[in-house]
Amino acid sequence: MGMREPKIRSMKYEEFKNNDYLEEMVKELNANGTNVVVTTADQLIDWGRSNSIWSFLLGTSCCAIEFMTLGAARYDMARFGFEVTRNSPRQADVMLVLGTITNKMAPLMKRLYDQIAEPKYVVAVGGCTISGGPFRKSYHVVNGIDKIIPVDVYIPGCPPRPEAFYYGLMQLQRKIKLENFFGGVNRKQPKPVEE
Amino acid sequence: MNTSFLDYYSIQPVTNWIHETLCSVMPEALAIFIECVVIGVIVVALYAVLAIVLIYMERKVCAAFQCRIGPNRVGGKGGLLQVPADVLKILTKEIIRLKNSDNFLYDLAPYLVILASILTFSCLPWNKGAQILDMNIGVLFVLAASSIGVVGILLAGWSSNNKYTMIGAVRSGAMIISYELSMGITVLAMVVLSETASISGIVEAQANGWNIFKGHIPAILAFVVFLIAGNAEANRGPFDLAEAEQELTAGYHTEYSGLHFGFFYLAEYLNLFITAGIASTLFLGGWMPFHIAGLDAFNNIMDYIPGVGWFFIKTFFVVWLLMWIKWTFPRLRIDQILTFEWKYLMPTSLLILVLMVVLKVFGLVF
Amino acid sequence: MDIKNKISNIVPNAEFKEQGDLIAVVPADSLHKVAEALRYDKEDAMDYLREIVGMDWGETLGALYYLESTTSHNRIVLRTETSDRENPMLPSVSDLWKTAIIKEREAFDFFGIKFIGNPDMRRLFLREDWVGFPMRKDYDLKSNELNMSNEVNADTTEEYSLNPDGTLSCKHNVVFNPEDFVVNIGPQHPSTHGALRLRTALDGETVKKVDPVCGYIHRGIEKMNESLTYPQTLALTDRLDYLSAHQSRHALCMCIEKAAGIEISERAQYIRTIMDELQRIDSHLLFYSCLVLDMGGFTPFFYGFREREMVLDIFEETTGGRLIQNYNMIGGVQADLHPDFQKKVKEFIKHMRGIIHEYHEIFTGNVIATTRLKGVGVLSREDAISYATTGGTGRASGWSNDVRKHHPYAMYDKVDFKEIVYTEGDSFARYMVRMDEIMESMHIIEQLIDNIPEGEYRVKTKPIIRIPEGNYSASVESSRGEFGVFLESHGDKSPYRLHYRSTGLPLVHALDSVCRGEKLADLIAIGASMDFVIPDIDR
Repeated sequence: MGMREPKIRSMKYEEFKNNDYLEEMVKELNANGTNVVVTTADQLIDWGRSNSIWSFLLGTSCCAIEFMTLGAARYDMARFGFEVTRNSPRQADVMLVLGTITNKMAPLMKRLYDQIAEPKYVVAVGGCTISGGPFRKSYHVVNGIDKIIPVDVYIPGCPPRPEAFYYGLMQLQRKIKLENFFGGVNRKQPKPVEE
Repeated sequence: MNTSFLDYYSIQPVTNWIHETLCSVMPEALAIFIECVVIGVIVVALYAVLAIVLIYMERKVCAAFQCRIGPNRVGGKGGLLQVPADVLKILTKEIIRLKNSDNFLYDLAPYLVILASILTFSCLPWNKGAQILDMNIGVLFVLAASSIGVVGILLAGWSSNNKYTMIGAVRSGAMIISYELSMGITVLAMVVLSETASISGIVEAQANGWNIFKGHIPAILAFVVFLIAGNAEANRGPFDLAEAEQELTAGYHTEYSGLHFGFFYLAEYLNLFITAGIASTLFLGGWMPFHIAGLDAFNNIMDYIPGVGWFFIKTFFVVWLLMWIKWTFPRLRIDQILTFEWKYLMPTSLLILVLMVVLKVFGLVF
Repeated sequence: MDIKNKISNIVPNAEFKEQGDLIAVVPADSLHKVAEALRYDKEDAMDYLREIVGMDWGETLGALYYLESTTSHNRIVLRTETSDRENPMLPSVSDLWKTAIIKEREAFDFFGIKFIGNPDMRRLFLREDWVGFPMRKDYDLKSNELNMSNEVNADTTEEYSLNPDGTLSCKHNVVFNPEDFVVNIGPQHPSTHGALRLRTALDGETVKKVDPVCGYIHRGIEKMNESLTYPQTLALTDRLDYLSAHQSRHALCMCIEKAAGIEISERAQYIRTIMDELQRIDSHLLFYSCLVLDMGGFTPFFYGFREREMVLDIFEETTGGRLIQNYNMIGGVQADLHPDFQKKVKEFIKHMRGIIHEYHEIFTGNVIATTRLKGVGVLSREDAISYATTGGTGRASGWSNDVRKHHPYAMYDKVDFKEIVYTEGDSFARYMVRMDEIMESMHIIEQLIDNIPEGEYRVKTKPIIRIPEGNYSASVESSRGEFGVFLESHGDKSPYRLHYRSTGLPLVHALDSVCRGEKLADLIAIGASMDFVIPDIDR
């Protein structure tokens, strides 16, 4: 069975970069073969999840302002199903890390990530979250949040343009569209230890 | 006034026919049981569908107010499937269990909220003969049932073991209990006008003119007061203190995820619908068509629209009014809200009641 | 009487340095006496403490006190030091200027200098369990590993006092009692505008006390500056207060140009001034949006962003950046204006003048908005000066503190504009100051836009700039107050110490006294009306 292509309305599959990454991911997920009925149910659920990405903003600096632009009238992210931003991590699907994460903030970011209900995704926005950015050499900046929490999509830029946000969020949608809800884990996480 | 259209509107014959057919093949008790189940399913389904419609409407309406487009990508033109996608997502989302919280009450709270909402919902007069719960003290039952919701909110806030939820819940409790007074008193004024407390009776009393026209000055005032109090009851802006995103992150349901959060979300929108539905029942004639005395041709055309249609037109008009208010005004502060209720709104509603009684006694209403 | 004579009269052995700023070197034991005399001077009271800059001079640790008079706008710098590196102590001036409380905390956090008599000697930016003082020259940058354990905040503060025998005694002041209902607002909260944490004690809905905890976005920019060359340091100023990116960078460029003796062309001056004012409009529009959003009004939020996009378009055409433009350079600006620049700016101003009434109709005149803002969060003029809350917040309290008026730079002495001052000091006045400043900024731009002279937009400078030894400073009126740059050069290609005056830190500090007794919802509205940007506070 060939790979099911994640479709984003009015965008061509080839127009996205990193398609090989998705193909790799699908191969891994479907290593044990898939059931037709389950796949159809999966597709329905994935359609729902990918079109209803409610974001939780961990906005610490500049990138957060550019994200506000995304919500405003010109870029209007409501069109794509990113409309709702929840301020409570319990009700969100994706944590957008917008801005530098410092040593003091890092434990809090981890805690907020833990509070998000499954399935959860993380988007690292801006140079600072990806690698430390311009503050890489500082004594108080985490050089890349992927050292602390798993990241699904990186959106580079300082700050990224609103169009870049869209590209990144669409990449996330594509990734979600390929997930298996039944009989598969998308992210191998150790089980939390009961205290 | 010509009231022959009432019989034409009634769906009583249809329901009677169904009942008799069922009774002819099975004992009456079983028939009633089956009918109850069917109606229950219909109510829940209608509830869910209406919630989806309302959420979609809210998104589109607020987008229009804010010079935006709103959802337009998911599922064909106009983003019609945006809300179903959200629902599907919420259904498959994890329900988080909290440590150090009162688990029983924590789980109970969303069901209480949704229960209150569905109970009130089933009292709405959809059409002549299509009312699910109809009793001679209907309006009082609506008031009583709707206040179960506040118990759910208080429990949610308390059992989450979180300071934000606690503040949100207490705010909500203080506000809803206060505004219930104005709401109750304005409803009483309309009961005085209609001479009955049964919801179907109130609607039928408006066959020769809607209450808002019959009761003129006090009725219009009562309509405004009722809308304000109803808006507060439904916890919507500018009275959305209990949620107050910018102050309390998500208010009393901060700690709820997945379906439990979905219940609160649903109830919020349905309470909006219920408030609008009761307002249109009490003031705008429920399922009664719009008639102008003397213009028979016009009235006949109006009669072509079925009662359910009228009910939805009126209710969605009031819903739209409430949305307009929400998306225009900034939020009030808790002390301002309580001052407003106790110092201005409640005396006004008492005055309306007295005025209505006086006018009714002297026959000055139509 | 000359200020030098005044100081010499009190401390005969005071020295004066005049490389750059006028600095009076005062021994530590007579610092408080001098400061008090200057603060309560009959003719020319130095009642505005601009900044305390902690310093590490190798053998000695010390501080620079930048003072200014609010009547004559004269400035003076006091310098004091202590040679005890193990247990450095300086007298506190927190009884003279309230803003010194938090500024001394900052110096303690970075240099470990204990200020005797300051009631609040906790760390300000770093974790309470942080080891060492990062701004000291001998600090090992790798000495603190990333600590993923949750931080525990003490409920008491330390106050040091000196015993007669020279030993130090420590008193604990209580911040929160165990029975207080303390709510954490932040660091992740929708209306703290970034990662600020306000520990708030509530009595029902009433705010009893606010204790701001900063440092969640402390990126150590000042320490990084010490290993960067001057042109490299420019890049970081844009990321301080991203809504005053032009102005902050303007200040740093001005300071370096002044120190290195670089003259910039008039064209560049015009461009800088216009860009500064556009940036101010951009920032104030965002202020409007955020204030309204924080008060629960969703629709007006979109109004502000609608016009703000037009400003960002203008920025983007010329500079290539939307939010962060990296436009000012040492010696001028990065690139010449886009050919459409003048046309677009004029169109924007025409549009803005025609549409601003919508802003006022939907929000300013709204009865809910006025009752929630008027008479709420009053900051008196004395407090505003004592807390050094510059910018719109100070001007709303009746303190005329516009740097553009009192210490004109770029083209500001050539244009005609009004300083917006209100006297009420409440949230509504703070809001109106910003709304009026939008109009005033447009007025300034209109005077300049047609007269931009031809010429070089940038003077060529060497890639490595050496600045002669001395202390230099420059300040601009950024979107939310006086942004200052304080530079100490030892003649190298990178600064010995480069400190920025945060516009937001005094505002956050004043929050406690302004919010006490108000409601929780007002705390949010007051915070929004003060208009602080957190990365600028934490640096």
